[in-house]
Amino acid sequence: MRRNPRDLQRYTSGERANHWIVGICFILLALSGLAFFHPAFFPLTQLFGGGPWTRILHPYIGVVMFVFFVAMGLRFASLNMIGQRDIEWLKNVDKMVDGDDHDMPEQGKYNGGQKLLFWGLVIGMLLIAVSGVMMWRTWVVLPVNMVRIASVLHAVAAVWMIGLIILHVYAAIWTRGTIRAMMYGTVTRAWAKQHHRGWYRKVTDDNS
Amino acid sequence: MSLQSLDIKRLSATTTPAPQARSPQSGEVAKLIDVSKCIGCKACQTACMEWNDLRQEPGVNLGVYDNPNDLTENAWTVMRFTEYENEASGNLEWLIRKDGCMHCEDPGCLKACPSPGAIVQYTNGIVDFHEEKCIGCGYCVTGCPFNVPRISQKDNKAYKCTLCSDRVAVGQEPACVKTCPTGAIVFGTKKAMKDHAEERIADLKERGFDKAGLYDPAGVGGTHVMYVLHHADKPSLYASLPDEPKISPLVSLWKGVSKPLAMAALGAAALGSLFHYITKGPNDVSKELEDEMDRQDREAEAASKESQP
Repeated sequence: MRRNPRDLQRYTSGERANHWIVGICFILLALSGLAFFHPAFFPLTQLFGGGPWTRILHPYIGVVMFVFFVAMGLRFASLNMIGQRDIEWLKNVDKMVDGDDHDMPEQGKYNGGQKLLFWGLVIGMLLIAVSGVMMWRTWVVLPVNMVRIASVLHAVAAVWMIGLIILHVYAAIWTRGTIRAMMYGTVTRAWAKQHHRGWYRKVTDDNS
Repeated sequence: MSLQSLDIKRLSATTTPAPQARSPQSGEVAKLIDVSKCIGCKACQTACMEWNDLRQEPGVNLGVYDNPNDLTENAWTVMRFTEYENEASGNLEWLIRKDGCMHCEDPGCLKACPSPGAIVQYTNGIVDFHEEKCIGCGYCVTGCPFNVPRISQKDNKAYKCTLCSDRVAVGQEPACVKTCPTGAIVFGTKKAMKDHAEERIADLKERGFDKAGLYDPAGVGGTHVMYVLHHADKPSLYASLPDEPKISPLVSLWKGVSKPLAMAALGAAALGSLFHYITKGPNDVSKELEDEMDRQDREAEAASKESQP
């Protein structure tokens, strides 16, 4: 949807669908995974039809997330290469967090923080997928010590990813006008020029 | 299965204390297996199958006496045979160990289990699986230092020796104890079993087994199934009985300190985000830029009208 014909396209419908398949899987996996991690969250298994069903479903949802995460990673990897201007941006991230973004270095489609998040999630995803398969007793039987290592890594990777996703969601809420990019694909020109001036110049040829 | 009426002192995945008013005044129970008296007749395996209504499908002969070859969801105890050439005495010793759940005082299975009440420890020390609450994740297998629990392919539930908790609850000894023809397996309070073991060890030492001793490993807080071993200095001789069993540090990390740390970190991230928003306000587009874009929008509109005929 374009409220204004001059709004800028940030995500195609394919990219949005891909993102939200991963997002839904992530929420289901976090809820079911936390249920196994800490007794306080065990009642969350009721959302999935009880303990055994949660145990059955969790890894299959994980496989779906992994497949679509890889597809999304391939779509966005080239846009997330970290360059000099990202490093400059990251050096000044404390000003950004403080709400003073006036003299932050100009950013392309993604800023240094978003790129770090991207690669943080890529590492987390690889770790959690490999360790998850190692724990999947329905299909895989490994020596108990490997399963123990996998169990620790799976928990660490899960907490790492949930933490990053909390930041990801919060950054989208905090930076007003962002969520619509992932909902209906477009952002306003003012949003683009303020937050991603390099990308704005590239897509509009407006070098003012 | 919850078939008995014993008081529970510890439940898996439960952070508050179990009812504590009642506790066995005579002390906790234990089964003592005197390996030096075992003749390998497997009557204990048969009695276990009979009492518990279990039937393990016959397997294949791998050239050893162990039958079945391993513990299964239907075989909660297995005689493991080891041929040991004792270089000191020049004798060939046939070491026969009755394998099965050790009923640890600090059970790794219970620590790892994520389902509240699926694994319990009774006040008398017996560790029991309540399969009705088992979700089939296999974490008990990951947690066990003795490689005991088995997950059934049929129902995806975990099974192991119950120490005949249903018999013990009504004042009877476990089925294997009742049937043992040589008295190699005895059952009573843990204290009585230790006393009995001491006599046996003294006897064995007299007969030249100067390293004879009791296997009641401290690393798991002691066990409620104990062995009298002729070579207590080398438990691993007995079909890889762990020399110093304890809950793996990886399992302790996973099911111990990592839980509060992770909850604190995630809670801080969520609350930190909320308070950041409240204290710093949203990161909005500047009014200046919005006005500039509005102006450009109007200019673009005017230009497109002009160019129309």
